[in-house]
Amino acid sequence: MTFHSEIKPGTPLLQVTDITVDFDGFKAIDGFSLTLRPGELRILIGPNGAGKSTFCDTVIGRVQPASGSVRFMGQEITGRPEHEIVRRGICRKFQTPGVLPSLSVRDNLAVAAARDRRWWTTFSHRRAAEETRRVGEILETVGLSDRAETLAADLAHGEKQWLEIGMVVATDAPLILLDEPTAGMGPNETSKTARLIKSLLGRHAVLVIDHDMAFVEELGGTVTVLHQGRFLKQGTVDEIRADPEVAAVYLGRAKE
Amino acid sequence: MTDHPLLRHAWIAVLALAVLAPSLVSSYDLNLLGRFLAMAILAIGIVLIWGEGGILTLGQGVFFGLGGYSIAMYLKLASLEPGYLPDFMEWSGVMSLPWWWVPFQYPLFAVLAVVLVPALFAGLFAWLVFRRRIAGVYFALITQAVALTFATLLTSQQSTTGGYNGLTGFTTLFGMELGTDAANRTLYWVTLGLLVAVFAGSKWLIGSRFGTLLRATRDGENRVRFLGYDTTPYKVVAFALSAVFASIGGAFFTLHAGVVSPAFVGVVPSIEMIVWVAVGGRKSLWGAVAGALIVNFAKDIVSSAMPEAWLYVLGLVFILVVTFLPNGIAGLAEDLMKRRRERAAATGTALLEEAQ
Repeated sequence: MTFHSEIKPGTPLLQVTDITVDFDGFKAIDGFSLTLRPGELRILIGPNGAGKSTFCDTVIGRVQPASGSVRFMGQEITGRPEHEIVRRGICRKFQTPGVLPSLSVRDNLAVAAARDRRWWTTFSHRRAAEETRRVGEILETVGLSDRAETLAADLAHGEKQWLEIGMVVATDAPLILLDEPTAGMGPNETSKTARLIKSLLGRHAVLVIDHDMAFVEELGGTVTVLHQGRFLKQGTVDEIRADPEVAAVYLGRAKE
Repeated sequence: MTDHPLLRHAWIAVLALAVLAPSLVSSYDLNLLGRFLAMAILAIGIVLIWGEGGILTLGQGVFFGLGGYSIAMYLKLASLEPGYLPDFMEWSGVMSLPWWWVPFQYPLFAVLAVVLVPALFAGLFAWLVFRRRIAGVYFALITQAVALTFATLLTSQQSTTGGYNGLTGFTTLFGMELGTDAANRTLYWVTLGLLVAVFAGSKWLIGSRFGTLLRATRDGENRVRFLGYDTTPYKVVAFALSAVFASIGGAFFTLHAGVVSPAFVGVVPSIEMIVWVAVGGRKSLWGAVAGALIVNFAKDIVSSAMPEAWLYVLGLVFILVVTFLPNGIAGLAEDLMKRRRERAAATGTALLEEAQ
């Protein structure tokens, strides 16, 4: 099975319309809309508490919006359970690395890459040739080929982040959400991560949440600014940098 | 652990010794060894659920008891003169065999019950509990409550279960007279053969994709869910298998010991079973087998010297192991081996540098 055959050209991959998320009276997201085309890169920025993570939570079904709708590949997914949304082809990387520590790097990817998830088919040592090939490919992509047999627990912090990006990619989901993929990384690792993410585009649409402007600049792509749960601005990195309103709420604050 | 060529083949020597044991040790010690090998079968089940699955269960005594009582009911009925009821029933004034005893006069039924009853019970129980995402300490406490309930039930139903004394006085198994040297040897070898089969099967399972997913679920159940898996079946299967192994262990223990009673199924024995595996190493099959043998032989020695001291010794050993050897004897062996390898590698590098 592949998700990609179900993508209809011309239809937006993800269409979030006018969603509001209400936490006991506090509007974490307030009438926000966002549309993603297949294979597109989008960067979501905004000061702390702007509602970036809540937005991700809403897309993957962890948080239910009070109003508004989330459509994926033309179908309504608002209110569907998490695992069903995952199976439809949205995969998310959380802020803290969520690798499986006592499995090897290869097994981490193999678990993510497996297409047949029925438990009774797992009583076997063999893996589908297609999966093995794909795991090898992803090991190359994330630069962990020579660490394939290492336990995930023994990886450096940056390597764990790449492994988890690899796991998300291995699911072959058309939409990938990356929540602060460079958290805790040094400049070299950060720019390696940027190159890695750019190499995924086309096959995967990627929504990146971050607030490291150097990283955002390196990524390029369209930037959407979220402020207090509302849409503030959208444009190229340069446009966003030059925008006085954005500078006031976000960049200005970062300079303090 | 399997890096050293001598160690890689050590299991052949161990197995050969085990096969030859009937000609090497006294019949008393052979009987003890047979019982402890049966317990080692149960210990392997704990490796699957606790070591690989990360799920602590304090109710293995229940399944040990289900196996033990299933085979004991058959033995009890097979050892009767025609027309008689088991002795404890007659003493309690029971006039006819209770309906749930009746099928146990057929050996095939008893053998099937040893495997199927715990599989069905544990499978259903685990499915109900895990589906509701009950885990960790809560799960351990529920299993402990089941152990307490089962032991209490057995003790209270004196007239149909033999109560506190349990079932004993067996003379014949599948037409073979019990208690003779030949019967003891045969039983020992069958137990050993089953232990080897369970060991090999578990090794295969741990290496399979099922094993990988079970460990993945232990490491990060939410991560595995977010990859689109339903994690419940892996935990249910592991728990059901551990229950079947415990039941087989209980059945063979009963055959070797000639008795089964509530003393083997309650809270304390269930915790003891966990201690065997903690001592040996919960992430290692051979560690669990070694743990079951070492702790039980130690129990035999300590109990015959100072009967009251055993529980204190056991408690102390448990505390020491949990504090200093979280992965038991097997973990210690692995660490030592790793250190030696690293030292050897360091020496090698030093020699190379010198040579340059």
